[in-house]
Amino acid sequence: MTLLELMPFIVLIPLIASGIVALLPGRILPWLVTLIAALASAVIAALVLPVAISEPPLSYPFGNWPPPFGIEYRVDAANAFVALLVSGMAAITLLWAPKRVASEIHGRLGTFYALFLLAVAGLLGITLTGDAFNVFVFLEISSLATYTLIAYGKDRRALLAAFRYLIMGTVGATFLLIGIAFLYMVTGTLNMADLAERLPELRDNNAVRAALAFIIVGMGLKLALLPLHLWLPNAYAYAPNFVTAFLAGTATKVALYVMLRFIFTVFAPDYSFVVLPLSTVLMVLAVAGMFAGSWVAMFQIHLKRMLAYSSIAQVGYMVLGVSLATATGLTAAFLHLFNHALIKTALFMAVGCVMYRTGSAKLDDLRGLGRQMPWTLTAFALAGLSIIGVPTTAGFISKWYLVLASIETGAWWLVVLILITSLMAVYYIWRVIEAAWFSDRPAGAAVVREAPLALLVPTWLVVALNFYFGIDTRLTVGASMAAADALLGSGVGLP
Amino acid sequence: MTILGFFNYWMVVILMMIGFYCVIARGNMVKKIMGLNLFQTSVFILFVSAGKIVGGATPIVREGVEVYSNPLPHVIVLTAIVVGVAITAVGLALTVRIQEAYGTIEDDHLGDDIDDEDD
Repeated sequence: MTLLELMPFIVLIPLIASGIVALLPGRILPWLVTLIAALASAVIAALVLPVAISEPPLSYPFGNWPPPFGIEYRVDAANAFVALLVSGMAAITLLWAPKRVASEIHGRLGTFYALFLLAVAGLLGITLTGDAFNVFVFLEISSLATYTLIAYGKDRRALLAAFRYLIMGTVGATFLLIGIAFLYMVTGTLNMADLAERLPELRDNNAVRAALAFIIVGMGLKLALLPLHLWLPNAYAYAPNFVTAFLAGTATKVALYVMLRFIFTVFAPDYSFVVLPLSTVLMVLAVAGMFAGSWVAMFQIHLKRMLAYSSIAQVGYMVLGVSLATATGLTAAFLHLFNHALIKTALFMAVGCVMYRTGSAKLDDLRGLGRQMPWTLTAFALAGLSIIGVPTTAGFISKWYLVLASIETGAWWLVVLILITSLMAVYYIWRVIEAAWFSDRPAGAAVVREAPLALLVPTWLVVALNFYFGIDTRLTVGASMAAADALLGSGVGLP
Repeated sequence: MTILGFFNYWMVVILMMIGFYCVIARGNMVKKIMGLNLFQTSVFILFVSAGKIVGGATPIVREGVEVYSNPLPHVIVLTAIVVGVAITAVGLALTVRIQEAYGTIEDDHLGDDIDDEDD
């Protein structure tokens, strides 16, 4: 079996396994099968990545129908990188899952893990496919699974959060479908590579302009770009901790990837950034998101909600990189896409450990906890350094490239804005550290023990990865540059 | 003539706006889901309209027929309908759970609860 034949199994393994897992009895067995499926998928993704970087795109025609007619999986450096991120984060969070899920979800776990696998398969399908309509189908598979996963939350507000996400998410996905409908009407094809060939002749067609606008707005909703972010804080705050940790690292990232794929591959950058004032629009929204997200995060008393608002700010950084429309800017966007997944997952895992012992994620209940749960809160503090962007952490690398890209385009004022929002991150992380170490435990509060090793070890693994990718950047920077090149196409002129 | 010629597309726009308005303005969750269905249905009509060729026959190969309608949009819409049904099912299931947990499905009464930070 060649690597090309193995590649579709990145998606197929979780998809098929979800059907099996749904039928499995008990609580341990479904988790075990899920973990094996996620690991297998991550291993294949890791094998595919170096090939995708060094060689021309891998193309796998489903059912042997040649590409413009059948559905094609087309993998270049950009999707291989995102696929590795999604499958890898799924495997790592699953290591953390059993202990955490045990106290949050009762009864048989077969359906829960089956839904999780469906979400993973959907996200991976979105990244690998080379067919525009296939993107919509996989988007809905992963979204539907995500809505139900969020509704598993213990708090009854999880139901409301899931319902609102369902409404907004469906509107977003339908916008994507409208965009695809317009593209199909003018070109008569759904294959992305084929679309990219046929669209340049239709530069002045209004339907094509409308299609791009609909797709950007639709994916902006899924991405939680500033004015479309309303679903995110509640969904993250009330979902089960394991689900939050996984979603924070993957769901918005895949939406960003889809947006990039359409902006750069399907509609070539000299269309997206010239015909529509996309660069300006994205930059304004990104900067507004960076400030609004960080600002609101500074005043949250609920830790998960604070991290959720911080995510909106981080999405701003990624979109800012995109809006610069240069190779360095795009590299920065991909780097932050990867690094932020590591950072936010580590932070949410640490908060999950706290909630495992205290049952609360409120800042007040955290007071004096630093001495009782030193390992957990040290992990939080170290991951916090990464989100601030302290050197030797992964967060520094992506901000460094973002600053480089800003200077390269002469937008030095962006550097100032990035610094200010980083200082705001210092503040909201510091509030947690201050509460945990510099305040006294309230009188009468129960004595809390350190989180169990089953939770601590995976948390520290992700924290360690944050520092590893802050020092050894060969994989992340190399893959991000290759991904940016793959999207921009070799020798394509930029505005 | 041109205005009537675009009859399908006028209907798409009108249905889409009715659906969208329902989603935004209605507090009742079942009505929100109905609005969502209308919104999606309008997109289905948009797709199907694109496949119609004036004077075209059903896309079955047989003698004496030269012009066929494009069958692909119908297949796509079939998939999209399945997706829509799944979304409606999940949405209604969530509504039932919300009714059990809160005793109401009017979003206006629930608005304060979710943004309340006191756990």
